[in-house]
Parts: sequence; structure tokens; C-alpha cells
Amino acid sequence: MSMVAAKSPPSGGDPPFHSSWQARIIALLVLVYAVYALGQLDFSFDRFVKGLDSGAHFLARMFPPSYKNWDQLLTGFIESMEIAVLATFFGVLISLPIAVLGARNLMPGWATWPARLIVTLCRAFNPVITAIIFIKAVGFGALAGVLALIVASIGFVGKLFMEAIEEISMKQIEAVRATGAPFMSVVIYSVLPQVMGRLVGFCSYQLDSNLRNSTMVGIVGAGGIGGVLFAAFQRFEYDFVLAILITIIAVVLAGELASNHVKRIFRV
Amino acid sequence: MAVVLSIKGLVKAYRPGVPVLKGIDLDFEERGLTAIIGSSGTGKSTLVRSVNRLVNPTEGSILFKGQELSRIEGKALREARRRIGMVFQEYNLVERLTVMENLLTGRLGYVGLFDAWLRRFPADDVAYAFRLLDVIGLAGFANQRADSLSGGQRQRVGIARALMQRPEILLADEPTSSLDPKTSVEIMELLKFQGIDHNIPVLVNIHDVDLARRFADRIIGMTGGTVVFDGPPEQLSDDHLKLIYGGEGWLQ
Amino acid sequence: MAAVSAVWQRHSRGQKLARTVLWLLVAAAVAASLKGIDVIWEFLWDAPEQVADMAWRMWPPDLAYYPQEVHKALMETFHIATVGTIFSMLFALPLAILAAHNLTPNKALNLFAKTCLVASRSVNSLVWALLFVAVFGPGPMAGTVAIAFRSIGFVGKLLGEALEEVHFGAIEALKAAGATQTSQILYGYWPAVKPAFWSIMLLRWDINIRESSVLGLVGAGGLGMIMNAAIDTFQWERVATILLTIFAVVVVVEIVVTFFRRRLI
Repeated sequence: MSMVAAKSPPSGGDPPFHSSWQARIIALLVLVYAVYALGQLDFSFDRFVKGLDSGAHFLARMFPPSYKNWDQLLTGFIESMEIAVLATFFGVLISLPIAVLGARNLMPGWATWPARLIVTLCRAFNPVITAIIFIKAVGFGALAGVLALIVASIGFVGKLFMEAIEEISMKQIEAVRATGAPFMSVVIYSVLPQVMGRLVGFCSYQLDSNLRNSTMVGIVGAGGIGGVLFAAFQRFEYDFVLAILITIIAVVLAGELASNHVKRIFRV
Repeated sequence: MAVVLSIKGLVKAYRPGVPVLKGIDLDFEERGLTAIIGSSGTGKSTLVRSVNRLVNPTEGSILFKGQELSRIEGKALREARRRIGMVFQEYNLVERLTVMENLLTGRLGYVGLFDAWLRRFPADDVAYAFRLLDVIGLAGFANQRADSLSGGQRQRVGIARALMQRPEILLADEPTSSLDPKTSVEIMELLKFQGIDHNIPVLVNIHDVDLARRFADRIIGMTGGTVVFDGPPEQLSDDHLKLIYGGEGWLQ
Repeated sequence: MAAVSAVWQRHSRGQKLARTVLWLLVAAAVAASLKGIDVIWEFLWDAPEQVADMAWRMWPPDLAYYPQEVHKALMETFHIATVGTIFSMLFALPLAILAAHNLTPNKALNLFAKTCLVASRSVNSLVWALLFVAVFGPGPMAGTVAIAFRSIGFVGKLLGEALEEVHFGAIEALKAAGATQTSQILYGYWPAVKPAFWSIMLLRWDINIRESSVLGLVGAGGLGMIMNAAIDTFQWERVATILLTIFAVVVVVEIVVTFFRRRLI
């Protein structure tokens, strides 16, 4: 608990930042809370020092990273990417109709609230929890991971897409409606053109986020690089763990650079 | 001439007890441009929009070529709307589609969903669209995006889109209110002569009394949700205008 | 004109080709992935029945379990998320300042700070938790440090970007008045990024509450730990209680965050 106390008050307590008494009280409350919570969480100087000790030991065993089992690494990564691609594809595909149904400017109340409920439910649970449930339903492996991330994608893309649809111009809708076009044609000719640009952005973001999350669902047994990582942990092959982590960081970084590049191309 | 559109006892109240239209009775014949004038908030827009049911009337009947429009829903409503062209004040083009795609939205009521998605329209429709682009003076603009056009150009596309429906009546809701005076005259000319060429009646909501006088065959003056003048432009006197718009300072 | 005009294509030939290639790429990626993960279709078709079966076994939720263990675990999750967020703030501030090139005009330091931030962000909190469980042993301490390490990158990146967007004029004026680097930060940068800073912290706290509820699955404390135990012993009514708790917490946190964000803006 001495860790926090030694530092300055956590919530921006430096006097020039907030000179008002309210801010000081808030800072003090946060400090008191932090000390209390640290006690609740079993933080102690003892444990911390011991932790540093075993941390040093741990780090020593990590270096140098070992790419001896590179074939496992590669297989795991390919599986993670496959999971991410499928989850994004089907997740977006399912999100589209749900978002249209949930948009309050297009649909009556009886259609919007169930659609909104679905999206909220999909968003509420961390993909790891959904993954565990799907593992019970379809067994260990990548399929459970795909299903869990489809649910997560519906929660995310569905919500953003719904909001995007609610922001479109109703005048353009009205004009197409006035020609006697059926509802789905109105969607294709008036709703989609207005939201397509943002949808592409959501999809690429979701692919990226699914790739990251697929490393996570693997830990509970839903396939991909996470499974390889967890297995390496259990076998105490910490040098292989480091190799996997370095690879994950590199891939995420490469993906980020690539998506920045793509964004720049499309903006021009 | 035969009556094609007959409005009887039309009432519209957005909030119960506060009618915007207080029992309108009007007949429209099969040809000619009718201008509806009146100050803002007097129900002109509501009247025009009731015809193609962008506004749902509270009471009354709208008889179009023998079909009652005021209560139909679903497929019947869509089929009725296909026969009614509409031009909007703010053009209401789908900004991110091309001019040609905007024109072809006028045919969406006739094309299957899948074909519409793939932009597969009958060759007839496409040829007609190109002819209309010539007529409105925008030949060569087919693949421009709508948001790259000027206001006047957009309104021309808006008119062409309505004409693509091969409508049996053309409605225009304040088509010149967002345009400069010169462009406004061009748009009114286009509406007038397209009405004559296609042999259909044209109903125009308009603020500008001079434009109405110049182009209309018949003027309807509204105030407070009722019709207070109905006749040819030459009968519209300053007294009528005082009645329609209230006051007289603006007449000087 | 008229001769050409009878045909109309939405796209030029080049655009059409590009679009076709793009669609083919998507289709190929999906097909390859479907083949790669080797879906066992019987399992997939069976899934709805399995989920229904599970839901049936979850009903009714064992509400008596809440006061016994869930409440304590919930508070632990709350502390893990909150303290983790506070820790991350302490480390993210200096890193964000080092990463902002207008505040730290040193390419090497910028790169160093950015690398730290990327490393923190790329590794999932669950993976961080695995690492720290190995270091500190199982328990909420590992979870708290994991949450902090994962959040540093997120907060640092967004805060660094906010710092880089600070309007130059205000800083110039301070410089002209002879202000030191520290007072430039306190009186020039801090007021400018303060709203962004608090909204980033709120956002991260919201995410951390959700994430800390699963860290227990690898032994890092909180709700995940008792959920793991309940699943392993097939006590589905208890799992239902925990899931309901998580759902309620997520909803409450969202309401709280929305409330504070509105007051911030």
C-alpha cells in the first residue's frame, strides 16, 4: 500500500491543477479509497518485493525468446486470423439487418426494442464469457471462438451502425419513399449510400479488434494463438511465451500501420 | 376537362384539436399548372404532401382518377405513389449516388430488389433517363455525384427523377425557395413545360406571388388552413393578397 | 451522345475490376477460413439445443448464492478495476508527455514511449493477468497490475494524441512570458486536455470493469474466479447468478459513465 502513498495523490491533486476546495476533497477521497482498496486487494510491501523477486526470475527465464516451436506459433496465428475473418464477416452480416430494425427513424417501436435488446445483450458480456458458454455448447476449439466473437461483433458493429443510421438525412429517405419504392429498395438506395463509408470503417476496426480478442478467447480453450500461449504457460516454456508475445505485438503494430495507410489512400 | 384529383373535406391535425388543414375541398383537372400561395405555416405543404401520403390526413377524402388515396396502406399505397411525381424544396437527392442513380430511383417501384441492388434497370428506363438529362440540360452529368452539383442543377435532377416515374400528376413542394431568382424562373419554366409535354397536371406550392402569376393557369390562396382564393391569375387582386398574407406594407 | 447513351454502367471498367477483385478477396478469405478452422457442422447444428439445455439448467438462478460469495467477488472486481485505472493514470501521464512530439522534441524518447504504449496495448489484459499470476501468484494483486498495464497503453495513446492537438497559440504566449517547461504544462497544456483526460479515464474505467470480471478465469481474482469454480463444478444456477450480476454491473456502470460524461461536457 506504500506504493500509492509514496506517489502524489492519484487524481491530479497537484495544487496548480485544481485550486478549488472541491477538487481537493475529491482528490483526498480518491486517496483514501485507494488506500482502503489496496488493503482489500491484499497488496502489501512484502508481497510486492517477493513479486519483484520472482518477476526477475521470470524475466530471466523469458530471455532469450525461443522460436524453436515456430510451427506451432504459425499454426496458432493462422487459426487466430481465420477466427477473426469469420467472426467479422458473419458478425457484420448479422449486424446489418439488426441495425436497420433497431433504427428508430426507420422502424416502429415494436421492431426497435427487440433489436436494441439483442445488441445490448451482445455488448454486455466480455467475449471470454461468451466463449466459455459456447465451449460448453459446441466443444473446445476454434468454432467456439468464432461464435463468441460473432456475438461481440454484433454488439459493437450493431450499435455503431444503428447510431449511424439514426443520424442520416430523412429527406433523402422521404424522396425515395415518395417514388413508391418498396422498403428494401429504400434501404439500398437511400440508407446504405449515406452510411456505407462509415460501415467500411467499422468493419476494418472490427477485424482488427477481433484479431486481438482471438488471442484472448484462446486462453479459455476457444482456439487460435491464445491456446498455444496458454499451453506454453502451463509447460513453463516462458521463452516461447515471450516469442509469442513479441509476434503478437509485431502483428498488431503492422496491422495498425497498414490500416493507417489504407485510410490515407481512401481519404485522398 | 375531366377532374383527375378531387379533395373533399380534408382535415389534418398533427396534434389533436389543432387542425392545420380545416376542411379543404378542391378539384384538379387533367392539365395545367396550379400554384398554391400563402404564408408559411398555413398548410400548403401539408396539403400537397397529403396527396402522396407523406402526410396522413386526419379526415376527408382524396380521390385520384377514381381511387381513394386517403386510407390505403402498404402495396396499394406504393403503387399509388408510383403514379405521383414529387419535387422537394431542398431537392432531397441521395447525395452520395450519381445523377443517373438518382434518376433511376424513380423506377424503383417497378424493379425487383435484386436487380435494383445490382443497378440492372430495363434498357428503356436507362434510355429515357438519358433523354431526360438532355431535356433538363444536364447531358453528360450522368456519372457525377449529386453532391457535386449546384442548387439549380440539383433541382433539375429532382424534377427529372419525378418524371422518370412517368407520373400522372406532378407535385412540387416549394421547389424554388432555396434558389436564386434567375434559377427559380428556369425551374418554374421546366415544371410548366414538362407538365404540358407529358400532358399532366402540376401542383406547385410557392411563396413568390410574381412567379405564381407568371406561370400558373390557376392560383389557390390559402390562409389559416382554409382556401380563401381560387381562380385564374388575372383575377388575383391586391385585396385578395391582403386577405391571404395579411397586412399590406409588403405590397408597396 | 445518344448512341452511347443507351447503355449505362454504374462504374467504369477499372472500378468494376477493382470491386470484383475486392469481393473475390473477401470471398476467398472467408472460404479459406471456413476450410481452415474445420467446422464440425453437427456440433454447430447442435449448438442451439445445447445452449437451450444450458439455459434450462441455469433456471432459476441461485440468488441465495449472491450474499454468500458473489457480493464479495463483485467488490473485489470493482476494486481491481478502479485501482488498476488509478495506477494506469500514474504511469500513462509521463509516457503520454514523452510520446507527444510537441512536448518532448526528442525523436528517440518519442519512439521509446510509443513502443511502451504499443506493447501495453497489444497484449490483452487476460494475457497480462497470466503473466502477473506467474509473478505475484494467484489473487487480485495480479489482476490489478494486469489491468493497470493494459490500460497504460490505451490512456497514454489517447492522451498523447490530445496533447499533440493542443492549440499552439496559447503555449506560444506562455513561452513569450518566460514560463518554464513545467508551468507551460500546468497552465498551457493541462487546462486544454483536461476534459479529454477525464473522459478517457471514464471510458477506460468502464472497459476495466468489464475486463476485470473475467480476469479470475486465469486466477487473478474477482467474479471470474468464482465463475470458473461454478462452471467446473457444473453449478449452473450459480453461473446464472454471476452472469446476472455482471449484466447489472455493466448497465449501472454505463449509466454512471453517461451521467458523468454529460457533466464533463
